[in-house]
Amino acid sequence: MNSVFYLISALTVVGGLAAVLLRNTVHCALALTVAFAGLALLFLDLDAQFAGFAQILVYIGAVAILVVFAILLTRGSETPKGGVYSRNWPVGLVIAAGVFAVLGWAVLQSGSVLPHETAVPVVTVRQIGNALMDRYVLPLEIVALLLTTAMIGAVIVAMHEKEGQK
Amino acid sequence: MTPLASYLLVAALLFSIGLAGALTRRSAILVLIGIELMLNAANLNLIAFWRYGPHPEALTGMMFAIFSIAVAAAEAAVGLGLVIHIHRYAHTTNLDAMNRMKG
Repeated sequence: MNSVFYLISALTVVGGLAAVLLRNTVHCALALTVAFAGLALLFLDLDAQFAGFAQILVYIGAVAILVVFAILLTRGSETPKGGVYSRNWPVGLVIAAGVFAVLGWAVLQSGSVLPHETAVPVVTVRQIGNALMDRYVLPLEIVALLLTTAMIGAVIVAMHEKEGQK
Repeated sequence: MTPLASYLLVAALLFSIGLAGALTRRSAILVLIGIELMLNAANLNLIAFWRYGPHPEALTGMMFAIFSIAVAAAEAAVGLGLVIHIHRYAHTTNLDAMNRMKG
């Protein structure tokens, strides 16, 4: 492994930690953007250019902006009186640590059977487009339907109801 | 340690951070942020397995990750719409205060 990988991983993990630990919600959203950018760089490091740029477009361009919109619309940037952590936060922390212990143990145990360095796969956007239109056309249609439904649903859910129409 | 194992470890760490955030924070938006981190960690796993798997030219893991990104975008839109709607009713996004299903 090279230093680039360690640098990007450190950036991603620090961004993720800041996103869940900071007190101000707007700062959390900004830290989340850093984590998303680090993940996009990891994708590019893994020679998945299309997924990396899709990550930048969808997550940094859309999801992070959506989160900031939601925070500002709900005045979530004000720190609540009772603290930012839930009442039973130690339980959540223990569960997360347990999950990490199990996952890390499984990865380290299977280290010898995992494949080593392989040749860099050459994948062009044309190949991805052909695969989307050929083998993956049904999932593509389903995703299109899902996105349309989600868009209509989000609009209906967030739409302002008129008085007395509950 | 093989390169794939390093990527898997980073993904596991990120998943645990997201899980901890989703389980310990009070604000509904922060819980959604934690879920997004978990989804992204899963995507990193998919891409890493695609890159170091035996048949990267089949594009299976890459396609899985791309569809996962699309579904995550839909999830974020609906989740944040729900948060905005709940805030309109209860005037809070504190999850400890939301203890009834009836609006």
